[in-house]
Amino acid sequence: MSTKVDDPRVIEFDVRTDEMLINMGPQHPSTHGVLRLILRTDGEIVSEVEPHLGYLHRCAEKIGENLTPRQWVPYTDRMDYLAGMNMNLGWALVVEKLLEHDLPEKARHLRVIISEMGRIASHLVGMGAYGLDLGTFSPFLYAFREREKILDLFEKACGARLTYSYLTPGGATGDLPPGWVDECRDFLAQFKPCIPEFHELLTNNQIFIGRTAGIGVMSAATAINYGCTGPVLRGSGVPYDLRFNGEERYTEMYEGYQFDVIVQDPETGKYPDPHLEEFGDDLDYPEIPKEAILGDCWHRFYVRMLEVVQAIRLVEQALDKYESASGDWGQPIKLTQKLPKGEAYLETEAPRGQMGFYLVSTGDSIPWRVRARSSCFCNLSVTSELCRGTLLADVPAIVGSLDVVMGEIDR
Amino acid sequence: MSDLVSQLKERFGDGIVDVNAETIDDWIEVTPDVLLDVCEFLAGDSAIKLDMLNCITAVDYLHTDPKKAAKADFDPHMQVVYHLSSIEHKHTLVLKVKVDRWKNGEEGSLPEVPSVAGIWRTADWHEREVYDLSGVLFTGHPNMKRILCPDDWVGYPLRKDYEMPLEYHGIRGR
Repeated sequence: MSTKVDDPRVIEFDVRTDEMLINMGPQHPSTHGVLRLILRTDGEIVSEVEPHLGYLHRCAEKIGENLTPRQWVPYTDRMDYLAGMNMNLGWALVVEKLLEHDLPEKARHLRVIISEMGRIASHLVGMGAYGLDLGTFSPFLYAFREREKILDLFEKACGARLTYSYLTPGGATGDLPPGWVDECRDFLAQFKPCIPEFHELLTNNQIFIGRTAGIGVMSAATAINYGCTGPVLRGSGVPYDLRFNGEERYTEMYEGYQFDVIVQDPETGKYPDPHLEEFGDDLDYPEIPKEAILGDCWHRFYVRMLEVVQAIRLVEQALDKYESASGDWGQPIKLTQKLPKGEAYLETEAPRGQMGFYLVSTGDSIPWRVRARSSCFCNLSVTSELCRGTLLADVPAIVGSLDVVMGEIDR
Repeated sequence: MSDLVSQLKERFGDGIVDVNAETIDDWIEVTPDVLLDVCEFLAGDSAIKLDMLNCITAVDYLHTDPKKAAKADFDPHMQVVYHLSSIEHKHTLVLKVKVDRWKNGEEGSLPEVPSVAGIWRTADWHEREVYDLSGVLFTGHPNMKRILCPDDWVGYPLRKDYEMPLEYHGIRGR
């Protein structure tokens, strides 16, 4: 059978595949909030990704120029709203640095307890939401069940469940209530056996490995050049953790504590011993799958999972030290405390990376300039590099592995 | 710190304007002309190797109240502050660049600072943010446009003389 030129079948055969612009977000469930990605695709292959930010911009820095440091504490909660305690801590420390204010012993241990519990809660969301991104719902429920218990503990300590404003410049707004320490111990004892569950649900899951291992590989040099920090940096094999390498004002908080930086050993290819004996007998940590390459999504996820274990170790030590420490919980500074003329910059290791605050004062009680250096802002900027040339379905896997929170990016 | 300063002074001479080693965070002030060379040197030199750019901030020094301006101990200017750190050597450094609030004193023409996005990719987004909120133009930047505010936003919110718009696309501002 011969075909003529105007035969519809011929024209259909001649259809060209054009490049296509696809809009993802800002209401897309797997963009972790209001992130909008413009994807340029050629069939299934993504050739370019352009993130559009600013949907959650609340002018936090401008507000900071009109409030005293203590009044600004609630605004830091709303930056990384999944780790509000760690944001409070970063701001509190930078104000104390400018005031050269030192804390009593007990306040220091209280801060370790609270910020490490915040880290566990935040990584649990990171883990659960990553499962959601990849199409599995159950890990999310398991993670939130445990996170809820941490939020209950936080609620007992300060009254709030999400935006705490608990750690303030000078210490904390109050002491832990009676019986809190024991409740926290009970929680940890109950939480530890859940960790193998998470590993079974996700880390060891063949589908999960297929979706994450070898996807979105980021070299250490790229990570450093883009300013990636936290688990994203350590997932690429760079042993850098501000709790060890940070400024003295921050690292002295962790003085006398035993914990490891979670990073793959370049020689043995193994992660530090997760201290199995403390976690009961039948806890098997998953082997690194052979498909996984250092710096891929799987490694970033795994670093978070192991950091939860380190955080538990830290909280356990901190609870003991807190009980035997002298002093009080640290009285907050005055609401209208005059700031000395000068400026201070300090970064802390928040769950998602290095959260920095910069405070410039001209000698008033209201800062001249406040700046928040967001970890997710830098971590997200690497997406366009990582997503270039990947499949469309890998974009949620890559963005999810960076574990971004838009509240912190847009401020 | 003092070693580094003498090294920098030897290399860049008058480019190093001011060194302040008595404050909480020590800082070095350089002129915009040598900024790019200084940064290349700091990032490339194996003994210094400041391979991570943590943060870029612009601070607007201006008193809008004339009474306060008369008593102020600074002339109106804009500071761009670079916080650098080294992953390998675990040290940090603060670099500062001072520019006029408006280029040549003409209101509306933005001051210019060379972009360091070619040295640290972090600077790409950070410089866009500084441009967006504080109104400093980074010359040589690959994609100098607003990042947090909408593209058609008027003004630079973190400048001290910024005034909230009365309305934006029919949305009342005040």
